[in-house]
Amino acid sequence: MSLLSLLAGLCLLVGSVAGILGAIGLLRFPDFYTRLHPAGVTDTLCAGLILIGLMLLAGGAMAVIKLALILFFLMFTTPTATHALARAALNAGDVPLSGAEEGGP
Amino acid sequence: MLFGIYSLLSATAFLVMAAVDVAFTEAAVGAGVSSLLVLATLAQTDRWEQSAPSGRAPRLLLVAVTGAALVWGTMDAPAFGDPDAPSQQHVAPRYIDRSPAEIGIPNMVTSVLASYRGYDTLGEVAVIFTAGLGAVMLIGRRRRHRISPPPPDHPVLRVTSKILIPPIMLFGLYVLFHGEISPGGGFQAGVIFAAALILYALVFGVERARSMLPAGLLRGVAVAGLLLFGLVGLSSIALDGAYLEYRVLGDSPVAGQQLGIMLIELGVGMLVAAVMTKLFFVFAERGA
Amino acid sequence: MNAVVAAAFAILLVMALALIRAVLGPSLYDRVLAVNVFGTKTVLMICVIAQLAGRPSYLDIALVYALINFISVIALLKFFERSDLQQRSAKSAEKSS
Repeated sequence: MSLLSLLAGLCLLVGSVAGILGAIGLLRFPDFYTRLHPAGVTDTLCAGLILIGLMLLAGGAMAVIKLALILFFLMFTTPTATHALARAALNAGDVPLSGAEEGGP
Repeated sequence: MLFGIYSLLSATAFLVMAAVDVAFTEAAVGAGVSSLLVLATLAQTDRWEQSAPSGRAPRLLLVAVTGAALVWGTMDAPAFGDPDAPSQQHVAPRYIDRSPAEIGIPNMVTSVLASYRGYDTLGEVAVIFTAGLGAVMLIGRRRRHRISPPPPDHPVLRVTSKILIPPIMLFGLYVLFHGEISPGGGFQAGVIFAAALILYALVFGVERARSMLPAGLLRGVAVAGLLLFGLVGLSSIALDGAYLEYRVLGDSPVAGQQLGIMLIELGVGMLVAAVMTKLFFVFAERGA
Repeated sequence: MNAVVAAAFAILLVMALALIRAVLGPSLYDRVLAVNVFGTKTVLMICVIAQLAGRPSYLDIALVYALINFISVIALLKFFERSDLQQRSAKSAEKSS
């Protein structure tokens, strides 16, 4: 296997693992605000790595350009959407869990 | 939003079945503009559903029976991809054989949609126009000059949208003109363009979007789109052909076909963009 | 190429898990978050299918979908913000009257 496909495979695998971890986190974290974090992991890390892996494998300049555009677009929009979501939740009165109730240090 | 998920699952299914243009349109319209319009409609109604007068059971039963009947009806249809199916016997091979020679564009879906079945597309375009017209006539009348509270400011959204909207419009234009070569075409391009305008309206407020896109402009563009389509047909007649016979439009039959297709795709794109945006404004303005 | 297939299955798994969150999530915002993740994963899925099928033209659809996903989430949020505003102004109208 060439170096390129090896690298691409690595990116894809790590991206997939990140995605799965993020999804598990999405299910297991206690509060909406804490869940924003794993969702962010899936959106940026997983998406980024998988797209980079695909870019390394892609045939033809047009495909690489389009994948780069998709990556750029996702990088731009998913954090914005997450921010807007968090802000909307805060405005609506959804209060984040704080550790104070648990009696932490 | 669950409708959105359903739409994009079906778009993915279409992709796997290699129906790319359909997947494109499904993704753009079903998951996109439809959800936006449903949301705008919901904004008109109350927060909670009214409880129905009769119980749920009869309605569920009705839906189940209708669904079962539909599924039973499809059992008689030929298997997916069956080469002996009637639809594959006569029309499809003829299009596939002759399209490269007669029209010469790589995307055969566009050649069927825009040229071989051009009347059908004209009808669809007229339907979209009529739908927009109907919505405007029914709900768009009274412009309430109520001073609504200014929408809260979102600096992040504002800046991001300012950066994103021009490339989105450019992408819409790309899909329009590249629709002859890659999947795409007028409908999808119009929807993408409308989505850019709707994004602007969402982030900066409907009033500001309205002042940028006066009603007359949207109406004008919609009408122009439909007229463009119709006029292409008429000019074919003027040049001694039949209505919508593009062959006569250019120096050679193939050039004529390509010119005709490009013009009507432009018309379709203009119309769809204008009507979708208009529909969104009509629904959004009527709310508080 | 096998890595691509593995990635496809992984994405499918993530989509399923996000769907569970969308159904479960106690608050509305959990559901919107899950739908957003689902949308991003669909974009990735389409890119992966494009790679597997060897048709770069599918990537246009992924681009459109990324766009649409973004706009839908924003629209959803605006919708809830507006109805919250309405409710609040209704409540304050009641209080003041």
